[in-house]
Amino acid sequence: MTKIAYSQDHEYVRTEASGATIGISDYAQEQLGDIVYVELPSVGTVFKKGDEIAVVESVKAASEIYAPVDCTVTEINAALEANPAEVNADAMGTGWLMKVSVQNEEQLGELMDEAAYATHIA
Amino acid sequence: MSQSEKTPISTALHDLHVSQGGRMVDFAGYNLPVQFEGIVKEHMQTRASASLFDVSHMGQVTVTGPDFNTTINALESLFPGNLKNLKPGGMRYTVLLNKQGGIEDDLIVTRPAEGQASDGTMFIVVNAARKDHDLALMQSALGDILQFKLHDDKALLALQGPLAATVLATLCDAPHQLSFMNSMPAQIGGIDCQISRCGYTGEDGFEISVANNKAPELAKLIYADERVKPAGLGARDSLRLEAGLCLYGHDMNDEIDPVAANILFSIGKQRRTDGGVVGADAVIDIINKGSKMRRVGLTFSGRMPVREGAEIVDNAGAKIGYVTSGTFSPCLELPICFAYVPAHLAENDTPITAMVRGKPVTGKVSPMPFVAQNYARKPGLNT
Repeated sequence: MTKIAYSQDHEYVRTEASGATIGISDYAQEQLGDIVYVELPSVGTVFKKGDEIAVVESVKAASEIYAPVDCTVTEINAALEANPAEVNADAMGTGWLMKVSVQNEEQLGELMDEAAYATHIA
Repeated sequence: MSQSEKTPISTALHDLHVSQGGRMVDFAGYNLPVQFEGIVKEHMQTRASASLFDVSHMGQVTVTGPDFNTTINALESLFPGNLKNLKPGGMRYTVLLNKQGGIEDDLIVTRPAEGQASDGTMFIVVNAARKDHDLALMQSALGDILQFKLHDDKALLALQGPLAATVLATLCDAPHQLSFMNSMPAQIGGIDCQISRCGYTGEDGFEISVANNKAPELAKLIYADERVKPAGLGARDSLRLEAGLCLYGHDMNDEIDPVAANILFSIGKQRRTDGGVVGADAVIDIINKGSKMRRVGLTFSGRMPVREGAEIVDNAGAKIGYVTSGTFSPCLELPICFAYVPAHLAENDTPITAMVRGKPVTGKVSPMPFVAQNYARKPGLNT
């Protein structure tokens, strides 16, 4: 079953039977504006919750993206190198940042569900 | 209380910006839109058609003295630009220097058009964050000869883009009267305003000074033309970077001189040898000896922006310079920035390495402007 959880810093983790995907929320892409560059980590990198895992840059500023849970990167969205604007176009879908294996499932419970996140950004 | 702690001032166009979907931010103590539809869209709109910017945060100052010669002689003791040869309606970009030759501000001095104001009157537009500073400085140096009045009662609208003249020509005659860096009083829809053919985007365009209480009406008259869209501070910044134009407090400050900043054109040629102006001796000395550092334009391949604060390093990794402004150029689709580098590395095509998040990235010195300027060298529609 697919579940989406959000961090305070507007990252999401989508967990499915096949694994977990990390990206930034639609609200976050909207706030950042035109995204012109995305810096992604190498596959195999191990992160602790709160580590900087990526940088998303708009025309105006660079924004750090933090690991919402302890995780290991299994795949990155290489298409963003040529087309970072995909994060604006479909942050929750084709604009995903990386796939990871979650190291600490319990941390998913510390994140917000869809309803709580909606309140968070309201 | 410093400016940043105050409640930001709303300009006369605040409600209009909000109704147009502007994302409002505090900039230099003013509540201004950073973007409407998006920075890249607004940037490209300005390069292709026309955009309207609210630049009411700029300091609009009227200087009054007894007669032209007295006013000009007094102003030339502070500003190294050649003001004596300004014709009626003429505008001059210049700087305010300190004794060491550092830049206290950059500004534009305008001589009123024929018959517009008394003979000893001049207009000055200074940077928002520097207006109190500049006013105090001018008043203490020249207060016994000249009167200075800062106009908080006026808004400033910038209509910029290749179609700016065509659009404005449907509302008044100014585009047919003015060439780049010239100014005149005019009426638009019965509203009195001062129109200057200038801007900060590299495009042809106009800055329109108007009373606050008439500004929304004037803006709506301009927006009635579908070729004009609103643009915010974000696009203003990316546009001026592509055009190679400096921003005070970033690319210039009171420890940077006009030679290093590569804006020597702000100092009149004859005036470089005149002396008698604050900071001129220091600048002449720097011209003769050569500046140690130099502002250059850098371009990089790829997409990663190199921004203000990035260090420039030599082959051994030692810091030799720094980036003062940078972004991803929407027109060129590559990273561009201004950086101060040692003067011997200022030649075009010299490879330069910057550090971004601890990693070296190598680009090259590139000619400025990065995107060709499109100014109206003669009056008309510039088509």
